[in-house]
Amino acid sequence: MSEVELIPMLSQEEVAEIEAEISHLPDRESAAIDALMIVQKHRGWVSDESLSAIANLLGMSSAELDGVATFYNLIYRQPVGRHVISMCDSVSCYVMGADGLAKDLETKLGIRFGETTADDRFTLLPIVCLGACDKAPTMQIDEDLIENVSVEKLDEIFEKYT
Amino acid sequence: MATFTVDGKQYEVEAGTNLLQAILSQSLDLPYFCWHPAMGSVGACRQCAVIQYQDAEDERGRLTMACMTDVQDGMIVSVEAAHAKDFRASVIEWLMENHPHDCPVCEEGGECHLQDMTVMTGHSVRRYRDKKRTWENQDLGPFIGHEMNRCITCYRCVRFYQDYAGGKDLGAFGSRSRMFFGRVEDGVLESEFAGNLVEVCPTGVFTDKPFSQHYTRKWDLQSAASVCPGCSVGCNTFASERYGVLKRLHNRYHNDLNKYFICDRGRFGSHFVNSQQRVRHAAVKANDGVFEYGDVNAALDRAVEILKHEDVVGIGSPRASMEANYALRQLVGEENFCRGLSDSERIVTDQACSILMKGGFKVPTVTEVEAADVVVVIGEDISNTAPRIALAIRQATRNVSFEMAESANIPLWQDAGVRGHAQHQRNALYVATSNSTRLDDIAEATVNALSDGITQIASQIAGQISGESHENTFVTSVAEALLAAERPLLVTGTSLRDPNVLNATAAIAWALRAKEKEPAMLIAGSEVNTFNTVVTCEGLTLNSALTRIADGASAVILENDLYRRAQSDSVDRALEGDGEVVALDVVESETLVKANVVLPAASYAEQTGTFVNYETRAQRFYQVFQPQDDIQPAWRWLSKIASRLGRTDASWTTVDEVSRSALAALPGIDASLEELAPTKDFRIEGEHRVARQTHRYSGRTAMNADVSVHEPKAPVDDETPYSYSMEGQNPGDQSGSVIPYSWTPGWNSNQSIFKFQAEVSGDLLGQSGGKRLFAVPSEPDAEVDKEFDFSVTQPTRPAADGLVPFPIHDVFGSDELSAQSWPVAQRAKGPYVLIHPDDAAVLSASAGSGVRSDALVGSFEVVIDDCVQSGSVGIAVGLNGRVEIPDRTIALVVDPDFEPRQLGDARVIAKS
Ligand code: SF4
Ligand code: SF4
Ligand code: FES
Ligand code: FES
Repeated sequence: MSEVELIPMLSQEEVAEIEAEISHLPDRESAAIDALMIVQKHRGWVSDESLSAIANLLGMSSAELDGVATFYNLIYRQPVGRHVISMCDSVSCYVMGADGLAKDLETKLGIRFGETTADDRFTLLPIVCLGACDKAPTMQIDEDLIENVSVEKLDEIFEKYT
Repeated sequence: MATFTVDGKQYEVEAGTNLLQAILSQSLDLPYFCWHPAMGSVGACRQCAVIQYQDAEDERGRLTMACMTDVQDGMIVSVEAAHAKDFRASVIEWLMENHPHDCPVCEEGGECHLQDMTVMTGHSVRRYRDKKRTWENQDLGPFIGHEMNRCITCYRCVRFYQDYAGGKDLGAFGSRSRMFFGRVEDGVLESEFAGNLVEVCPTGVFTDKPFSQHYTRKWDLQSAASVCPGCSVGCNTFASERYGVLKRLHNRYHNDLNKYFICDRGRFGSHFVNSQQRVRHAAVKANDGVFEYGDVNAALDRAVEILKHEDVVGIGSPRASMEANYALRQLVGEENFCRGLSDSERIVTDQACSILMKGGFKVPTVTEVEAADVVVVIGEDISNTAPRIALAIRQATRNVSFEMAESANIPLWQDAGVRGHAQHQRNALYVATSNSTRLDDIAEATVNALSDGITQIASQIAGQISGESHENTFVTSVAEALLAAERPLLVTGTSLRDPNVLNATAAIAWALRAKEKEPAMLIAGSEVNTFNTVVTCEGLTLNSALTRIADGASAVILENDLYRRAQSDSVDRALEGDGEVVALDVVESETLVKANVVLPAASYAEQTGTFVNYETRAQRFYQVFQPQDDIQPAWRWLSKIASRLGRTDASWTTVDEVSRSALAALPGIDASLEELAPTKDFRIEGEHRVARQTHRYSGRTAMNADVSVHEPKAPVDDETPYSYSMEGQNPGDQSGSVIPYSWTPGWNSNQSIFKFQAEVSGDLLGQSGGKRLFAVPSEPDAEVDKEFDFSVTQPTRPAADGLVPFPIHDVFGSDELSAQSWPVAQRAKGPYVLIHPDDAAVLSASAGSGVRSDALVGSFEVVIDDCVQSGSVGIAVGLNGRVEIPDRTIALVVDPDFEPRQLGDARVIAKS
């Protein structure tokens, strides 16, 4: 596919936001991570088509950009639900029972890690230490850090994420 | 210099040398993975750990990564210290956690860098009991197999493919223990250097797919030193055989030429040797026009009868060996010998040679290309015509990054540091060609024009350098860059068939020299032995030879499909007239079927001989295996004919004899066979032959058991320094350019090459890497311009309607022999033309549709590209079995019946 066909796969708004990032960077490809984040913000995830479109806009090859995209676990290269639950699986949380909690979470949502609920409400993923070890176990839903998680609190926690 | 101590022994190297490299240069063993001699260090694998001590009193020392350390004077290190050994063993153990234990079914087994290092570190018991991560593999096209589970995450593949070769479609994905190396999606690896992944990857992730399909272990291969017949670079290769089949080619290190890498035309283009198009039997055409096969005597008798004619013409070939061309010239006499170049190629090639000889310019080795600081490519799509040169030009554009690193105190071997610091800074590269090229991505500026436009631009650059002032910014910036350069390099070639392009390029070189610069000048020839044909003799033009044949002269046509060299009608007239023809060739061709006698000629792998490359370096290639059926080296067929004619002056019994006569006959050139390469009398340590077979070569009895359980006697070799068995010495470390394969104890993989080098990336020990027939001028001769005319004649193009044709070359398909290699045929495009969008609109031709012309053979797929000047048409040569394009404008019409060729369609090219 040539450039002309690819760039329109991004919305004008996305392109404008990416160009704004590029404008204060030394070269176009330095905006790779920002551009991925911008597209993810608009679309929830980064599809193969979006990835090639971004690569084209930045003058990189898809392979180079996908190397960046897949390096970061917060860039989603598969569709995710409306909300992403990232559950800490590092050592402090483990000591505080994250293991069992993870199983409870799977049962409660009826999905395994890496999966999305049938109603598209939640995607469940593991994540490394969220830097809140003193309030372990922890998880993050979208941008919110949730501390001292327990199975009993789950219903209440989930309430606001519809 | 720095003196450093390794395990109590002192060594000397240049201070600042990388420690790993310095240790390997002493021929010591130290495991490594992520370091590569051509790509430097990234310190990723931790395999090269050694202990470094503060001073002589320090007994503990500390672990350090050898590849990330530079040698300082007085440095004390230990490779053998227990702590270092334990550490290295545990690194292997980690790497092996996810590695499948599938050596028995892995193509890398027996020549695997990972196997070697695992054995070397002593890791022999697996403790890891958990699941391994597994991957789905990708289909990467006809050349490269993919088995990701075997990956140890050393990054050598992407560092070669992206950083070194400029490929864009292979990447590293994911993180931690879930790294995937491959493409974004299944599909053909685009780079024409992808085949090097087979040798660069230390494991069996990337493998040689054609080889896998008829697989043989390295230790079961019979090998010899060879030279790639794919283009005028003459890269050195190891060629390997089993069961009478040429199985594969690997890179053979040559310090001035290909070093560690070759291109995919070379690597995968060799299977024409085993192709179905191979001519295997002598044949005589009976009166009814049908060939009768297999009676060698009858064929020779008939050939002798044909040659008794009073008028005999011999047509040589730029793809045949020096020996074969010489034998033919000797048989028919110089006045009846045509070198076999097309008339346009002959003019431009002669001009190239005369520029090289009389201009006195420095002709760069490939290594010298890499050292250039400004490169200007004029009129040659070098990525398609001499790919290894393009790879070297890519490295040349990185020289500034090393200068920047030096001033920032970054060691030059620190690859990530050097690249990161330089960012996008590159040395200036300018490209003026007729179509866009695969060097454009790193060029400072490019311009596309037809050959007369290119000539004009080059003349203006020369003028600008001499003080004229031009407006074209391409011209002014090239002139300015060249004047500021310390090691300027001009690259041109014969593929546009325009001597004016060469003259104008020489004029630039001349103008630079007047400004006290010493430019290097590289002229790519069109085929492997083109430059040999030039230094041989003047000879007949092809058209006069054809006319004589049409008038009834007998002809001997040596390894040459004349339809690729001249317009079909004149070849038809010659071959369909009264003149009788003896044709010798390796593969079938349109010419061959019209001959009266066909003699099957040995391919380069089945004979010993000499090719002369673009530097006029004469290089020896050795017989890898004896030809089967009726096949014989062409010079031997010709010798046999000569002796039946009683011509002792044109018959020889061994190849060394004919080589010596051929060298002696080179006008004004003083070269002995001994200077070229070891002769048949060479023995390692004065007594051992070089064994073509490894000492573990197996199945010598079993492989012929279907015929007889008695092991046949190994053939006696009285023509080369090799033996046809495991007797003799395995690659001796002093045997230089006759090493048949790279192997030393403990180093089964190709990484063993360092054991054959004087130091890492130095000369091969005992090397005689060919001899350059024209001496490189040590100093420019101020007198030479007096006898040489660089003037450019303005071509007059006949005014006519239609499009001006120009040739386009494809790395896969344009070269005759490699195009008959099935993996290359799968990669090659079908015949196509490049036209400008405006012209496509006038023709009402859409991309992918077909066009034809009365002046061209067959139909062509339309590729629309605005790099082409409107009013012109680029014609992909060779893909329709024709190379010469019309010298006048042509009219294209849409061909409604055109069917585009699908990728992977192994339809053989050049067959009518
Ligand atoms: S594929 Fe081969 S070269 Fe690439 S990282 Fe894995 S082991 Fe290294
Ligand atoms: S085709 Fe040319 S560049 Fe490629 S390997 Fe052969 S000699 Fe080298
Ligand atoms: S380990 Fe879970 S927040 Fe640190
Ligand atoms: S070779 Fe030294 S760290 Fe990999």
